[in-house]
Amino acid sequence: MSEEQIRSLERQFEERIARDEKIEPKDWMPEKYRKTHIRQMSQHAHSEIVGMLPEGNWITRAPSLRRKVALLAKVQDEAGHGLYLYSACETLGVSREELYDQLHTGKAKYSSIFNYPTVTWADMGAIGWLVDGAAIINQVPLCNTSYGPYARAMIRVCKEESFHQRQGYEIMIKLANGTPEQKEMAQDALNRWWWPSLMMLGPTDAESIHTEQSMKWKLKRKSNDDLRQQFIDQTVPQADLIGLTIPDPDLKWNEERQSYDFGEINWDEFWQVVKGHGPCNKERMKARVNAWEEGEWVRDAAMAYAEKKQERKQKQVG
Amino acid sequence: MNQNLYNYILGVADNSLILGQRLGSLTGHGPSLETDIACTNISLDLFGQVRSYYQYAAKIAGDKRTEDDIAMLRKEREYVNVLLVEQPNTDFAYTMARQFLFDVYHHLFLTQLEKSKDLTLSAIAKKSIKEVSYHQRFSTDWIKRLGDGTEVSHQKTQEAIDSLWTYTDELFHQTEADKAMVAEGIGVDVTALKETYYKKVDEILNEATLQTPESKWFQKGGKQGIHTEHLGYLLSDLQYMQRTYPNMEW
Amino acid sequence: MSDKKNWPLWEVFVRSKNGLEHRHCGSLHAADEDMALENARDVYTRRSEGVSIWVVESKHITASNPENNGEMFEPAHDKVYRHPTFYDLPDEVKHM
Repeated sequence: MSEEQIRSLERQFEERIARDEKIEPKDWMPEKYRKTHIRQMSQHAHSEIVGMLPEGNWITRAPSLRRKVALLAKVQDEAGHGLYLYSACETLGVSREELYDQLHTGKAKYSSIFNYPTVTWADMGAIGWLVDGAAIINQVPLCNTSYGPYARAMIRVCKEESFHQRQGYEIMIKLANGTPEQKEMAQDALNRWWWPSLMMLGPTDAESIHTEQSMKWKLKRKSNDDLRQQFIDQTVPQADLIGLTIPDPDLKWNEERQSYDFGEINWDEFWQVVKGHGPCNKERMKARVNAWEEGEWVRDAAMAYAEKKQERKQKQVG
Repeated sequence: MNQNLYNYILGVADNSLILGQRLGSLTGHGPSLETDIACTNISLDLFGQVRSYYQYAAKIAGDKRTEDDIAMLRKEREYVNVLLVEQPNTDFAYTMARQFLFDVYHHLFLTQLEKSKDLTLSAIAKKSIKEVSYHQRFSTDWIKRLGDGTEVSHQKTQEAIDSLWTYTDELFHQTEADKAMVAEGIGVDVTALKETYYKKVDEILNEATLQTPESKWFQKGGKQGIHTEHLGYLLSDLQYMQRTYPNMEW
Repeated sequence: MSDKKNWPLWEVFVRSKNGLEHRHCGSLHAADEDMALENARDVYTRRSEGVSIWVVESKHITASNPENNGEMFEPAHDKVYRHPTFYDLPDEVKHM
C-alpha cells in the first residue's frame, strides 16, 4: 500500500470512530491502534489477575462464613475479568501465553496498587471500597470505547463489579461501627490505601504520555486529574458517613469549585512502585510465575489426553 | 437438645468446611484461569452447604452460638471431618485425587440423605446433590485427563491416589451419632455405600489407566477428632480472626 | 516462547432462557470440548445467565472479510421492494 493510501485509510478510520462506529477485530486498523489496544487491554488483564493475590491472601482467614463466600466470589470474578480481557486481546492476534510471558518477564505492567501488602482484614474493606471504587471510575467510560471486543468485555466487567465495591464498603461499615479496636483497624486501612488509590488513577495530566491519542480513540474519556477529582469528591462523603477520617490534612471543600481541594501526592513513591520497588512486587510476580510453571504439566496432560481422545474417535469412524 | 442429631450434622458439615477451605486457598494459583474459576466454584458450593448445615446445627443447639461460632470456635479435637479432606494441596494431582475420592462418596451419601426423615437435612441434600454431581463430573474428567495424559501426569496422579487411598476406608466408618441417626431414619448408613463406592472408583481409575491400590492398611480417626498434623495449620488460618478478636461482629 | 501446544481458543454461545437464541458471549481456553463446556459453565453462567451452552473451537468459524463488505452487503441496500413499506396501499385497507 502506498503511503497516500494508508493516510486515506487512516482518515476514514478516524472518521468512523468520531461517528461512534465500533471497530471490530478483522477491520483495517492503524498499527498503532492495534498496539495501543493490546497494551492497554493486557495491562488491564494483568492487573485483574495480579489483583487476585492480595485479596486471595485473606480467603482462608475471613472472619465469618458470609465474608468468606463474598470474598471468594469477588476474587473469582477478578479471574473472570482477566479472562474476558485476555480474550479481547486475543482478537488482535496475540495469544494469552505471549501476554503471560510479557507479564512474567517484567515487560508488561499492571496496576501498581497490587504491590502493597494486605496486612489486616480491614484491607479487604479498603480495597473493595477504594481500589474498586477508583477502578469503576476508570472502567465505566470504557464500556463505550471504540474497539468492540474491549467495550463488550468492559460491559460484562462493570456489570459484575457492581457488587465488589459494596462488599468492601459494607466491611468498612461493620468495622467502623464495631469495637474501638475494629474502628482503629478500619482507620488504619484507610490511612494506608488512600494515597495509593489516588495514584491508581494515573500520573497527573502534565506527565501522562498517551492521553491525547487515547481520548480520540475513546480509550479514555476523561483525564487522569479529572477522574481523580471525581473519585475524591464521591469518596469523602462516604468516609464521613461512617466516621472515618481521610488521611489528608489539606483536604478541604472548595465552595467555588464545588469540589474538594486535596494535598500533594507523593509521586516519587508512585514511580518507585511502578519501577518494581514496591513492598510486594517480587512476591506478586513469584506467585504468578509459580502458578504458571507448576501448572504446565497439568495443561500438557490435558492436551495430550485431548489428542488421544481425538485419535480414538477417528479410529472408530475409520 | 438432640445431641446425636447435632453431632451428626457436624460430621456431615465438617467435611465440606475443611474441603472448601482447602480449595479456597488455591484461588489465584490454579494451572489456568479457567481451572482456577472452576475450583473456586466448587469451594463456594461447599461453603454454601456448610452454612446451611451449621445454621441448622445452631438452631438445634439452641444456645447463642451462630454458624460462625460452630465453624470457627471449636478446638482441634472437636472437628469431626474425615482425614481425607484435610490433606494438603500438594499439587494439582493431589487436589484432584482428593476431590475425586471425596466426590464419589459425597454423591452416594447425599443421594441417601435426601431420603432422610429429617426434612431440613433432606432439603439440604436435595439442593447439594446437583452441585456435587457436577463436582464429581469435574474431578472425574480431570482424573481421566491426568491419568491418561502424559507420562508425568500419569505418574503424579498414581502417586496421589496411592497416598490418599489410605484415607478412603474411614468414609464408611460409623460413629455413635451415625448409628443413632440411622436407627431413627434420619442418618445414612455409610457402611452400605462402601461396595458401590469402591466399584465406581475402580471403574474410573481403570478408564484413567491408573491402578487401583491394593493396600488394605487404612488410617482413621478424623471422625473421632484425632486428625493428621495438617489440620492444626488449616484451623489456625480458619480461626485466626475469631480467636484474635473475640466476640466481635464482622 | 516454546513451541508447545497451548489449549486452543473456543467461542461460547449462551441461551439465556428458552425461547431466545444462543448469543455469543465470549471465549475461553480449553483442551477439549468437554472441558470447554465445563469452563464455559463456570466462566459465563456463574450468575444464572444461561440454560444452554454451545462451544465451538474458534478455528472452525469461517468469517466474512470486512474488506469485501461492499460486494457482500451493499447490493442489498437498494432492494427496497423486499420491505412492506415499499408498497402503496390506501389507508382504508385493514389487516395487511
